[in-house]
Amino acid sequence: MGQSPELLRRLLRAKDRIDEAPHEDWLVPRLAQISAVSPAHFARAFKQAFGVPPHRYVLTRRIERATGLLRETALPITEIAFQTGWTSLGTFGRVFQDINGASPSEFRERAQASALQLQHVPECILRAAHRPDLTTAVSEKRQQKSIDITTTSSTECPSKESI
Amino acid sequence: MTQGIGVVGLYVRDQDEALAFYVEKLGFRVHTDARNGDYRWLTVQHPEQASFQLGLFLPGPPIHDAATAQTLREMVAKGAMPPLVLMVDDCRATCERLDALGVEFTQKPMNRYGTVDAGFRDPSGNGWKIIELVVPKSPSQVSQ
Repeated sequence: MGQSPELLRRLLRAKDRIDEAPHEDWLVPRLAQISAVSPAHFARAFKQAFGVPPHRYVLTRRIERATGLLRETALPITEIAFQTGWTSLGTFGRVFQDINGASPSEFRERAQASALQLQHVPECILRAAHRPDLTTAVSEKRQQKSIDITTTSSTECPSKESI
Repeated sequence: MTQGIGVVGLYVRDQDEALAFYVEKLGFRVHTDARNGDYRWLTVQHPEQASFQLGLFLPGPPIHDAATAQTLREMVAKGAMPPLVLMVDDCRATCERLDALGVEFTQKPMNRYGTVDAGFRDPSGNGWKIIELVVPKSPSQVSQ
């Protein structure tokens, strides 16, 4: 079922606010208020509109900003974690590893070794291009990975990782 | 310039609303406002760019069937349309003026890549960047 353009425009307003400041605390009641939707309906409507639940969208924006800071600055990783909205370095490291398959410091080494010249692409597009595609929840992803590992030998259709 | 792109269109939610926004807030002016029954061909242009028109078009008949028009309205409202870029002499001053007029900013002006940029949306959901024009150094300055 489609969503009304009026509702979508209001949901976009909440998404824009996340985009502007992904490090802030984005609890559903706050986002729902921006969109003028009841909190009960917000998360579902947001997911239907943009493909991911709001919490996971916030996560993608934080990780994307963190990868940018790792690549382009020499800031300590603890500082990057706090700047991008995590309150614990451990959580940041774990989520980052789950999403990117590398720890923040490994990612930094690799990214800086293969520095690309991308400055002629508009910055907003560049950031979007580097955003992780979290079509499944991070916890699900972790679970899926362990399932893949344990079942690869017996599956008829091999998972991407085993190809 | 005697050749080049003449018109590029945007889909908008409501042509009157879009017209008010682009003319009264952004300072564009109407180039063509022609009606044929329910159909309205509406283009505006930047006051300093006479060779280019920005079309403010409504998804719908006779171009689109009802389902396609609805999809386009949804896409615009979700901010899924391609980015638009406005070049200005002074990004901060422009943003201050637009902000005072109630334009919905998605990004306050910030220094980046040797210039200043900001972001806003039109009432329909189309996303714009405002980028400050960097005047290239003359060859004599470069060689110095």
